[in-house]
Amino acid sequence: MEDEALGKPPQARSAKIQVSHLDFYYGSVQALYNVSLAVPQNQITALIGPSGCGKSTFLRTLNRMSETVRHTSVEGEILLDGENIFSVDLVALRRRVGMVFQRPNPFPKTVFDNVAYGLRVNGGTRGAALADAVEASLRRAALWDEIKDKLHKSAYALSGGQQQRLCIARALAVNPEVLLLDEPCSALDPISTAKIEELMFTLQENCTLVIVTHSMQQAARVSSHTGFFLLGRLLEFNETNILFKRPGRKETEDYITGRFG
Amino acid sequence: MQYRNARRKLVNVLMLSATGICALVTVAILIAILAYLAWNGWHYLTWTFLTQLPAPVGQAGGGMGNAVVGTGKLLLIAALTGIPVGLIGGVYLAEFGGKAVGFAVRYAADLLNGVPSIVMGIFIYTVVVLPMGHFSTLAGGLALGVMLIPIVVRSTEDFMRAVPSTLLEGALALGVSRWKGVATVILPAAARGVATGILLSLARVAGETAPLLFTSFNNQYWSQGWMQPIASLPMMIYLYAISPYKNWQQEAWAAGFILLALVLLVNIGAHIILSRRQSVQRG
Ligand SMILES: Nc1ncnc2c1ncn2[C@@H]1O[C@H](COP(=O)(O)OP(=O)(O)OP(=O)(O)O)[C@@H](O)[C@H]1O
Ligand SMILES: [Mg+2]
Repeated sequence: MEDEALGKPPQARSAKIQVSHLDFYYGSVQALYNVSLAVPQNQITALIGPSGCGKSTFLRTLNRMSETVRHTSVEGEILLDGENIFSVDLVALRRRVGMVFQRPNPFPKTVFDNVAYGLRVNGGTRGAALADAVEASLRRAALWDEIKDKLHKSAYALSGGQQQRLCIARALAVNPEVLLLDEPCSALDPISTAKIEELMFTLQENCTLVIVTHSMQQAARVSSHTGFFLLGRLLEFNETNILFKRPGRKETEDYITGRFG
Repeated sequence: MQYRNARRKLVNVLMLSATGICALVTVAILIAILAYLAWNGWHYLTWTFLTQLPAPVGQAGGGMGNAVVGTGKLLLIAALTGIPVGLIGGVYLAEFGGKAVGFAVRYAADLLNGVPSIVMGIFIYTVVVLPMGHFSTLAGGLALGVMLIPIVVRSTEDFMRAVPSTLLEGALALGVSRWKGVATVILPAAARGVATGILLSLARVAGETAPLLFTSFNNQYWSQGWMQPIASLPMMIYLYAISPYKNWQQEAWAAGFILLALVLLVNIGAHIILSRRQSVQRG
């Protein structure tokens, strides 16, 4: 109700994340221009667009990971459940908004310690409770059956696809409300990719997902909404089936039909 | 074509032999030093020599036990003071230092590293020995500790930087504060390298003589406490080598051999640690 009074689009009411008029700068170079979108709760939102258009930059503002790069600045507003993310505690925000990176980045620890890491460092979970949580996270990441005998082996002994799912399990272990995935399948074979897509489907039941992808097919397969970025602007944002069937802009159509340079 | 091939082969052979010869010279020098020290001091290398006090002038027997213990105590103080400062400084440089501050600290560390060790000795002499009124183990240990700092800072920084920043990002993305992420992910990942750097730095300062001349000086007896002068292997070597007595000079060779053997052992140990780290990372 209040949202409408403030003049925001009606969909904002079911939005987990509401981004309004976001500008982002690397030093004096602007990387995002006036991006506004609403990430629907418990659904998968895909971000597509040519290389260098600002997808990762945008994704990294959602958990304020962008602040780890020096000399960046951001303008505009991002609301998580109606709360401005720039005024909440950074550590608390990142606990709610997890992230999986493009390249798998497991810690040089055992498989178990990787998944347990967030719980140990933050919550001090121990013993049986910890073991249960680790198992649950690995199961959610569709990895448990493959590696239940390798829990105490180095995470580096896993394949690339397994490492990526391990990173997903690590992020899931702390029960994030939102999971940001930056091209999670870019280094993976079709089988691992299928597993991760399947996983995303099941995850959306209790998690909101935002995924950057270079694969049109993937965006079309998994997401409910898709945003098309070009040169730092969000050119189009719509329900996935509409965006892919009847794109509203010439540029979007060119890109998704592969006619884009 | 034929000619160019032949020429290339010749250059190749020449360069390979040149590098080979230089490598050989390095090894040869090390072996020569070890052999020379052993040859001149071997008949003093006994358990007694390692555990007994020096014998009075003119008497046979005796040892350098006090210098062995002394070097150990000096290194202990050096480690307790120099390693924490160097370690934390290195972590700061690698993970938290801003551009300007980082540059200043790094530059200072490099300059400090270049300060001749005798100057370091005079510095500690001025700030510790003079106010105290006499030489002491503490002063000697501090002099070595100060020398440790820049070495440990730089090696710690290097090994921490070698850890990919994506690991810290992974920790931050889980809602872990920066310092916790550094302490629980980056530092453990760099631990073996950092430990190696520390061991090598200890080996480096173990043989320093100049800073001890004005600080811990020497002692013919067992250590009489942290506030008293103390014997050390490098000082013993120095004093015995320039003494007029034949048997003292030979004892200096033996002490030199022990010191070098110690340093070599630490070096080898450090490299074993480091190579183990690499095999773990490769999975
Ligand atoms: N750390 C940085 N410092 C300066 N400029 C950056 C930095 N990271 C990204 N940029 C610039 O911001 C723009 C957007 O980059 P971004 O990484 O968000 O693109 P992307 O859409 O994720 O591309 P890709 O599909 O290749 O991953 C690019 O022009 C890039 O050069
Ligand atoms: Mg990207």
